[in-house]
Amino acid sequence: MLALFYIFIAVAFSIGIWQVNKLLRFTKKTITDENNQEVIAFVQSEENPLATEKNNDLNGKFLLAFLIAFYALMAYCLIFLNDIMLPESASVEGENDDNLFLISFVLIGIVQFATQAMLFFFSYKYRGVGDRKALFYADSHKLELIWTTIPTIVLTGLIGYGLYTWNTVMDLSDVDNPIIVELYAKQFIWEARYAGADNTLGRGNVRNIEGINTIGIDMTDENSADDIPVRELHLPKGRKVVFKFRSQDVLHSAYMPHFRAQMNCVPGMVTEFGFTPKFTTEEMRRQEETVRKVAGINKIRKAKGEDPYIFDYLLLCNKICGASHYNMQMKIVVEEEAAFYSWLKKQPTITEVVQ
Amino acid sequence: MSEHHHKETFVTKYIFSQDHKMISKQFLITGIIMGVIGVLMSLLFRLQLAWPDHSFTIIEAFLGSHQTDGVMDPDMYLALVTIHGTIMVFFVLTAGLSGTFSNLLIPLQIGARDMASGFMNMISYWLFFISSVIMIVSLFVEAGPASAGWTIYPPLSALPQAIPGSGMGMTLWLVSMAIFVASSLIGSLNYIVTVLNLRTKGMKMTRLPLTMWTFFITAIIGVVSFPVLLSAALLLIFDRSFGTSFFLSDIFISGEVLHYQGGSPVLFEHLFWFLGHPEVYIVLLPALGITSEVIATNSRKPIFGYRAMIGSIMAIAFLSTIVWGHHMFISGMNPFLGSVFTFTTLLIAIPSAVKVFNYITTLWKGNLQMNPAMLFSIGLVSTFISGGLTGIVLGDSALDINVHDTYFVVAHFHLVMGISAIYGLFAGVYHWFPKMYGRMMNKTLGYWHFWITAIAAYGVFFPMHFIGLAGLPRRYYTNTAFPLFNDLADVNVVMTLFALLGGVAQLIFLVNFFMSITRGKKATQNPWKSTTLEWTTPVDGIHGNWPGKIPTVERWPYDYSKPGHDEDFVMQTVPLKEGEEES
Repeated sequence: MLALFYIFIAVAFSIGIWQVNKLLRFTKKTITDENNQEVIAFVQSEENPLATEKNNDLNGKFLLAFLIAFYALMAYCLIFLNDIMLPESASVEGENDDNLFLISFVLIGIVQFATQAMLFFFSYKYRGVGDRKALFYADSHKLELIWTTIPTIVLTGLIGYGLYTWNTVMDLSDVDNPIIVELYAKQFIWEARYAGADNTLGRGNVRNIEGINTIGIDMTDENSADDIPVRELHLPKGRKVVFKFRSQDVLHSAYMPHFRAQMNCVPGMVTEFGFTPKFTTEEMRRQEETVRKVAGINKIRKAKGEDPYIFDYLLLCNKICGASHYNMQMKIVVEEEAAFYSWLKKQPTITEVVQ
Repeated sequence: MSEHHHKETFVTKYIFSQDHKMISKQFLITGIIMGVIGVLMSLLFRLQLAWPDHSFTIIEAFLGSHQTDGVMDPDMYLALVTIHGTIMVFFVLTAGLSGTFSNLLIPLQIGARDMASGFMNMISYWLFFISSVIMIVSLFVEAGPASAGWTIYPPLSALPQAIPGSGMGMTLWLVSMAIFVASSLIGSLNYIVTVLNLRTKGMKMTRLPLTMWTFFITAIIGVVSFPVLLSAALLLIFDRSFGTSFFLSDIFISGEVLHYQGGSPVLFEHLFWFLGHPEVYIVLLPALGITSEVIATNSRKPIFGYRAMIGSIMAIAFLSTIVWGHHMFISGMNPFLGSVFTFTTLLIAIPSAVKVFNYITTLWKGNLQMNPAMLFSIGLVSTFISGGLTGIVLGDSALDINVHDTYFVVAHFHLVMGISAIYGLFAGVYHWFPKMYGRMMNKTLGYWHFWITAIAAYGVFFPMHFIGLAGLPRRYYTNTAFPLFNDLADVNVVMTLFALLGGVAQLIFLVNFFMSITRGKKATQNPWKSTTLEWTTPVDGIHGNWPGKIPTVERWPYDYSKPGHDEDFVMQTVPLKEGEEES
């Protein structure tokens, strides 16, 4: 592909030189100067700096061709790049999100196809050739009304559904018996903490960071004792998980794309987000879209002689946070509730860790 | 304005000039130089994104100590994206676009001899020049230039411990931007006063060309929002240098707890985006104004829905100041605020749609003259639609959760404000070059420039949406750390190839521009057969613009192909015939 590109560049470059040369082509001409004396001067070859009928015709046709090529590009992206998209939402709350996205995307797709067609087709059809006369048409209240009202109605619908979805996702006020997890960000590591048997996180502050207490848990808070700090995130399928986010240095953003979940981690404050995992990691690995995407990835990896990739949920950092921002990640494992609890039981509490 | 001719020295004519036409050229040339730097930077980091770990001699040559064996360092990658963003948004698309054409066109199109204050206008340019110089100097400090992203969110931008670019590089960035804001404010105030007070006889507000309306409204948004950036920058300087805690709290870094307590980075985000979002329209509206003018002239038709256009410019301007929170849906601010900002944000789609449909209707049944400026204007409408529509996804808080800060956003704003505004800038240069230099630019080179650029722009930014939807975060030095993103590598290569092609195409423009200044064909007084006042001035612009009296305006600016006239355009200075109605 690179070779093809070099050829491309070479062609573009020679065309450039050819055209510049044309611009600079000077011819010897005899002209009369201001004193009415004939002198020999170098005069630039004449080019009409305004678009001629020929220019209008050619560029009009190019615009139509551009439209067709643009449609081809859109179709290609929609069909072939579909395989690299994220698979369906792995959280219950994300389903609404996917629906809303689909509706919005179809809608903007239709508008995109229609308006680009009008724009480029009119540009082609009304290119200034022959003895075309422009129509003096300055205003129409009816038309203005139509294209003010229709977007307004459509947008009202979108805003309504959007706000419903947003409020459903963000409202964590009456969640019944959630799993509470703290996600803790620092350059360039994620840590997590489960609330333990009392399901309440102990207070945390960077001023308590000392030795093995790397996330600054306040050990004087009685809720802290049974908290469980971990380096790998496990979540139970079918239970609502409420995350509390903290950061110890700069802004980070906890991005879990498969769950349609993201929230910034802000030093000095605790932010929140919640979702209910829908598929275990194992189930997600068998999910059709995931299988297709992983197959595509492994084809590429095999060609490069790399180990095959097995799907895992991920937590990524998605707010610029420094040199290794691009590699700040944590694995997420979703499993059945029983498996989750037996894993959690094996993890030492902060009290045990500190001792 | 003085009527007598005073002798001009080289210094007063070309350097410390108070003539708006010269100042506009100064803005343009400085903007072009900054643009070359900004585009070069983007090409460097596109190389890294397409071929990570691949050694490039060009990177070795450009980045000096910030690379190892021809592979750029991660810090330098972040610095490049930061400075690319800063330069393109502020120095090229704000000063280079608005500064150039507001200065050139406001006095010429409203019929004034110069700006209200030529002196302030000169100061505005020289502050911009100083700020550009400081920004360029910041590229050469030892620890590297600012690298916390163009949005410079603290604490990253406040703590040199967090990233080396937040040392001297960041200090210079802040100083440069503070001066830039001063330049922008002085310029904007001048534009507002000039448009309000110096219109010639008969030039009612409803007879202003749409370029004037957009420059006027843009200047107002600038005056309302730029000071807020200045205060954010000042408070950040306090936090960095004097130990205050406006934006910082509870920070543990490099093994120690810092003293900061009680500040909030979210406050900074509010202040930044209070400017940052209107800034998008400060960049875009002038481009739309230029497009209105170019499309009407080259369609040989009046712009469709003149009053609706003015209404939508005002609506966009008003809404632009109350939508900034859509950059912060997941910043930790109250979700209720998110709802409000979703509502106001999606409303902007309505006036934007009105504008697009009006452009398309203007083309309909026209007699389209495909000059390079016209092609760039049609291109602008196309990218404005493509980029604007994805705004409906991003402005919806529920959907923003999953695409926030991914390449979907990068694709969106590059199309809707980056490429669109650049197209507007090019359209303006091709269209008003005769007014600036008294010569014409080469048409054929213009065509090559447009077509290659148009193909390259969509080639880069259209596929980019899809890698964003695949969940790829922006500002990643390389995507190789995640096997999940392995299948996006090819798309990245294709995008880089198109970016290089687009970069090369700009050389055509540079050659055409600089050669045409001295060698272009002499322009006639009104080459595009336009109706507005600037085409009544002498070809070789003179100080004071018109040799005799300033012409009087008798009609609106869009009498193209009006029935009952011999020619397909009627200048604004031509009185209405008996019984003729003004549109």
